[in-house]
Amino acid sequence: MSIENVEAMKQVFSRPASLNAVQTHFCPGCQHGVIHRLVAQAMDAFDIQAQTIGVASVGCSVFLYGYFGIDVIEAPHGRAPAVATGAKRVHPQRPVFTYQGDGDLAAIGTSEIIHCANRGEPITVIFVNNTTYGMTGGQMAPTTLPSQKTSTSPYGRNTSKDGYPIRMTELLAGLEGTAYAARVAVDTPQHVLQAGKAIKKAFQTQLRDNGFGFVEVLSTCPTNWGMNPVDANARVAEEMIPYFPLGVFKDAAAQGE
Amino acid sequence: MTKRLFVKGNEAVAMGALEAGCRYYFGYPITPQSDIPEYIAREMPALGGEFIQAESEIASINMLLGASACGARAMTSSSSPGISLKQEGISYMAGSECPGLIVNICRSGPGLGGIDASQADYFQATKGGGHGGYHLIVLAPSSVQEMYDLTMLAFDLSDRYRVPAMILADAVIGQMKEALEPHPYVAPDDLQPKDWALIGPGERGVNKVVKSLYLGDGELEQHNLKLHRKYAEMQEKEVRYEGYELDDAELVVTAYGSTARIAHTAVRMARQQGYKVGLLRPITLFPFPKEAYKHHTAAGQKVLCVELNTGQMVDDVRLAVPCVEVEFYGRAPGAGSLPTPEELFAQIRLHCEVRS
Repeated sequence: MSIENVEAMKQVFSRPASLNAVQTHFCPGCQHGVIHRLVAQAMDAFDIQAQTIGVASVGCSVFLYGYFGIDVIEAPHGRAPAVATGAKRVHPQRPVFTYQGDGDLAAIGTSEIIHCANRGEPITVIFVNNTTYGMTGGQMAPTTLPSQKTSTSPYGRNTSKDGYPIRMTELLAGLEGTAYAARVAVDTPQHVLQAGKAIKKAFQTQLRDNGFGFVEVLSTCPTNWGMNPVDANARVAEEMIPYFPLGVFKDAAAQGE
Repeated sequence: MTKRLFVKGNEAVAMGALEAGCRYYFGYPITPQSDIPEYIAREMPALGGEFIQAESEIASINMLLGASACGARAMTSSSSPGISLKQEGISYMAGSECPGLIVNICRSGPGLGGIDASQADYFQATKGGGHGGYHLIVLAPSSVQEMYDLTMLAFDLSDRYRVPAMILADAVIGQMKEALEPHPYVAPDDLQPKDWALIGPGERGVNKVVKSLYLGDGELEQHNLKLHRKYAEMQEKEVRYEGYELDDAELVVTAYGSTARIAHTAVRMARQQGYKVGLLRPITLFPFPKEAYKHHTAAGQKVLCVELNTGQMVDDVRLAVPCVEVEFYGRAPGAGSLPTPEELFAQIRLHCEVRS
């Protein structure tokens, strides 16, 4: 290869500008890194990084202020949608998003997310569902699958006593205030591309239509699942997607067109 | 001539807040404070601000956290059981150094208790309330006028120190009507711009974070020491109290808020009959007027602390003047337990003799 050819090479892959050049603290095989990247790509696509205010939740995602080059408020456990509401009312012209795990959003924060969506707050919510509490060591989450063993469901989730995994996207899609609701996964290249589009759409919903956009991302937690990253990734398709089907469950803008 | 209005204490809080430039209110209905959100819901649209009736007390305090982190002058209000629910968010605001106003128009408890006046939330208000060892600025109005004035002051102090502020009143002060002379808000000269507030990183290239999580070695200890230095500075600079007939008083009656009004009448009755008695009324419950107690009991006077609870502020009085005899008279809050002036006068006579 000649020098001339090297100069003619085109860069086709790089770190999104909205992501900081740092190593993450995430475990090997964890998909938060991929999801962070997709969120950063969406911010890059709309060129909004400089205006964006993120709301970090409690859990593995709390350190997002170390990874994104944006301003961040750290919310109490489950309260990110309420904190984001306060921020958005003060700065209606600035993009505001929350990034929450399943324990945060679907258990302790159920009230906040439902009413935030119902008010139609023009914010974007990224909801990472890995069927467990990651940061605290793998306890049963509201999204833990039937019979799934966790440290607090050591005999498997017993639906007659523990209830059923909650499908948040379907639940929120049923609210008038929700403008966009989708569930995606990042276990295959095709799914990653679809997830990227959905996340962009959820930001577009806020920026263009002044509506509430919600994306649930199915994700792995190899450490707490007791799996290697490859097996954990395979579990997404084998066990999670059958219970948590992928797709766009509401797109008010498209329905209106 | 100054305009005088005949309004409720709760309305005076709302008027003072709007006059002080508060344009964001987040709350949830609860007796006996609902006049505050009702007033603000009516007046805020014309001022271009935001009023949200939240789904819960928890959501409303977190909306306040979000608005405050973005630099807005913002508030919430509630009453005792609702303030209990807000404690998580208040602790986060304290830890994140978010200013903001929390109004507690107390009702009696514990639990659902009753809707009558109470001073049983003194400990909760002045000792932190939530987890983690922090303090709020706590102001205790005892008139409708003070509900207006101290609401403005609370915003200023809260912004100056980046410490959340609480107005601690009760059903008596919130629900009663008396004359109010509204006056324009004048911002203190020394208020700094909120350069810590979030607006998006913009061109500065460095992102700002409003947070309370500190995991590095020594980080949280340093953060806590910083908070406590602010509390110490407030103790030096921001104490406020009112003295009445204290100069030659042999018995110093002390009370705040609603009971201070009753005690004031009792002290006046006692003076008319020759008792050398005065009233020391703390206006700031945190910072607590420790030096005022020392100053006014220097010649060996006794103190009689009167509260609408079974004894809370009296602990702080005893700590302030450990060598002084401090008596306590309290009524446990609930319907019918508000003491009468005659009742307090009888207490004064127990601890003070006529010597004129």
